[in-house]
Amino acid sequence: MKLSIKVEPRLETPRMLGIAIPVISLAAALLSGAVFLFFMGVSPFQAYSTIIRSSLGDAYGLSETVVKAIPLAMAAIAVMLSFTMLIWNIGAEGQIFMGAIAAAAAVRYLFVDNHLAMFAIMFAAAGIAGGIWAAIAGYFRARWSVNEIITTLMLNYVAMNLLNYFVYGPWRDPASLGFPMTAPFPDAARLPSFWGTRIHAGLFLAILFPLIFWVILRFTRWGYEIRVMGENPKAAGFAGMSYIKNVVFVMFLSGAIAGIAGMCELSGLQGRLQHGFSGGYGYTAIIVAWLARLHPIAIILVSFLMGVLLVGGETLQIVMRLPLSSMLVLQGLILFFVLGGEFFRKFRIRILSGGATPPIATTSAKEEK
Amino acid sequence: MKRFVVLLVFVLSVTLCGAAYAAFPAIPAEKINPGFVYIGPIGDGGWTYMHEQGRLAMEKEFPGVKSTFVESIPEGPDAARVFETMIRNGSKVIFGTTFGYMDFVQEVAKKYPDTIFMHCAGYKDAPNVGTYFGRMYQARYLSGLVAGKMTKKNRIGYVGAHPIPEVIRGINAFTQGVRKANPEAEVQVIWIFSWLDPGKEKEAAKALIDSGVDILAMHADTGATPQAAEEAGIYVIGYNNDMSAYAPTKHLTAPIWDWGMVYKETIGQVIKGTWQPSHIWYGLKEGMVALAPYGKDVPDLVKALVDVEKAKIVSGEWDVFHGPVKDQSGEVKVPEGAAMTDGEMLSMNWFVEGVKGDIPK
Repeated sequence: MKLSIKVEPRLETPRMLGIAIPVISLAAALLSGAVFLFFMGVSPFQAYSTIIRSSLGDAYGLSETVVKAIPLAMAAIAVMLSFTMLIWNIGAEGQIFMGAIAAAAAVRYLFVDNHLAMFAIMFAAAGIAGGIWAAIAGYFRARWSVNEIITTLMLNYVAMNLLNYFVYGPWRDPASLGFPMTAPFPDAARLPSFWGTRIHAGLFLAILFPLIFWVILRFTRWGYEIRVMGENPKAAGFAGMSYIKNVVFVMFLSGAIAGIAGMCELSGLQGRLQHGFSGGYGYTAIIVAWLARLHPIAIILVSFLMGVLLVGGETLQIVMRLPLSSMLVLQGLILFFVLGGEFFRKFRIRILSGGATPPIATTSAKEEK
Repeated sequence: MKRFVVLLVFVLSVTLCGAAYAAFPAIPAEKINPGFVYIGPIGDGGWTYMHEQGRLAMEKEFPGVKSTFVESIPEGPDAARVFETMIRNGSKVIFGTTFGYMDFVQEVAKKYPDTIFMHCAGYKDAPNVGTYFGRMYQARYLSGLVAGKMTKKNRIGYVGAHPIPEVIRGINAFTQGVRKANPEAEVQVIWIFSWLDPGKEKEAAKALIDSGVDILAMHADTGATPQAAEEAGIYVIGYNNDMSAYAPTKHLTAPIWDWGMVYKETIGQVIKGTWQPSHIWYGLKEGMVALAPYGKDVPDLVKALVDVEKAKIVSGEWDVFHGPVKDQSGEVKVPEGAAMTDGEMLSMNWFVEGVKGDIPK
């Protein structure tokens, strides 16, 4: 008898699988991570408890996890918006940089000695700068079908070099002895932070943005339209929706949110513009958005979990003296399994014995009954 | 501009020689748990690798001291968390090994006044913050002598990380050496605006090779430039450590660091209770900077020239930026008989004669 393995797309995902798969994936990831840790010569149990304890176990760890999650959540909402329309904005990193540059420009040229006013000015400046940065790629995509993956990625480097230009050139702090950074921001240009931690006012935006876009995407006509448009621009055109206008607008919103994330990071944590400013949040956000399956509320949760992983990972290096690469392996395993689990949500594997295989659709349809 | 320079020098001399701080009480060896925070991976084959060697040398000297480290922490707010996490896990001494940690060192140092911070390459101190760096320019000068003697086309390429005083000073010192050995030679500079980016580093090296240089020198964190030189078959001067592994046949020498010296000294002082903030800036004399072993193609005559110049620097009779020193336009910046002060060297922001390239303004 001949056995063959067949992979078939699922017509429908059973409800239970939606919950079971992520749980099983995570368990599998932790298990294989444990094997890896064991061979590294450390106790897996101790390692995992170190991660959890250091990122969630006390007020300080928890606060730092939140600090890490704030820019991730905002940037993930940014990319999620464009992904929903099947526009691949992978330039959140550059848009974060543009937002930060604009915020620094606002501090330099439009300074008002008032926290609220300064916040509003920086918010607007960062949003517009990040938005325009993304909208450029959006327009090229919609108007001339220029691949936005390439343009948004390339614009990242332009933005980084622009930041270099300003911190090495006209904005360099004369008191910095020639080192590339702007003068420290005055107090009014710093976001307030709370409870004696580094958690800053960006927290509210990191919660507010997901809520707003959850409502928009789920309950408004426009939210529905951009989804349809992404899947079938032509049909959307026949229905009277302007593809170009919407692509540009969605990209603008996407870039604006990323830009504001950059502004919060700059004004909330850094307090001055300097080289090497973002820690790659724009790229990590892409992973966050996918792990959250582009669901705005899930993004909050996933950002937080990503924060746990990042903060806990650092502590693991310090306490257990593990090299960074072993942390990356651990993080990679978790992402691999969780994203890999997606496969089983969309496909199923059947083991067939002998004979010809009947066409997929009929078999599946029959079995769904 | 002039007034600005005067102001700068003033600010520097105040920060460098100013406030005298009290010594810290002694901490028993097993309670120090020094924490090292690195900008790159310990396997970068250059900057961070050498700091890691220094840490290991320190642990060897003080077997009772158990240190810890974290790799690849960018020069941003994450650094503050790593410092604080180390402190919360028992570290009493923190070493921050890159310039960009400066503000975050200050931020956390204020919050933990009982913890000692040592910050590499910065200029801000505090009652519990000292800085450390080395007179790498002296070793760069010696390596410049070698390059000046070995070039045939009189064109030398230099891959520079960031246009900041540290790197500019190195390029200038190297060029002073090159011109001493060979007044016709020129040094072409390309900036890559990154410490740690092997890809960019290699691209810049290749661009310089394409432009016709026949020797490369570098100031970045990895071995990518020596690799590119070996592939193209031209000589190379490494940096940080002996980089001959990356260019087995083309490596001439490299100006190298001995960080272990500072790490051993600091921990020794902490144990004895004599540590107090200072600005460490050791050179050839103390042995914190040196030249790596020569490649097989370096003639004895060149080695002899290096020895003569080195002796002058070690004895204190002469230093690299003793006048006359001219800038790119030929204007005399340091007249005959004068010398640059440490403050002027630490804020150096112009190129000497013989350098081709720009400093972004």
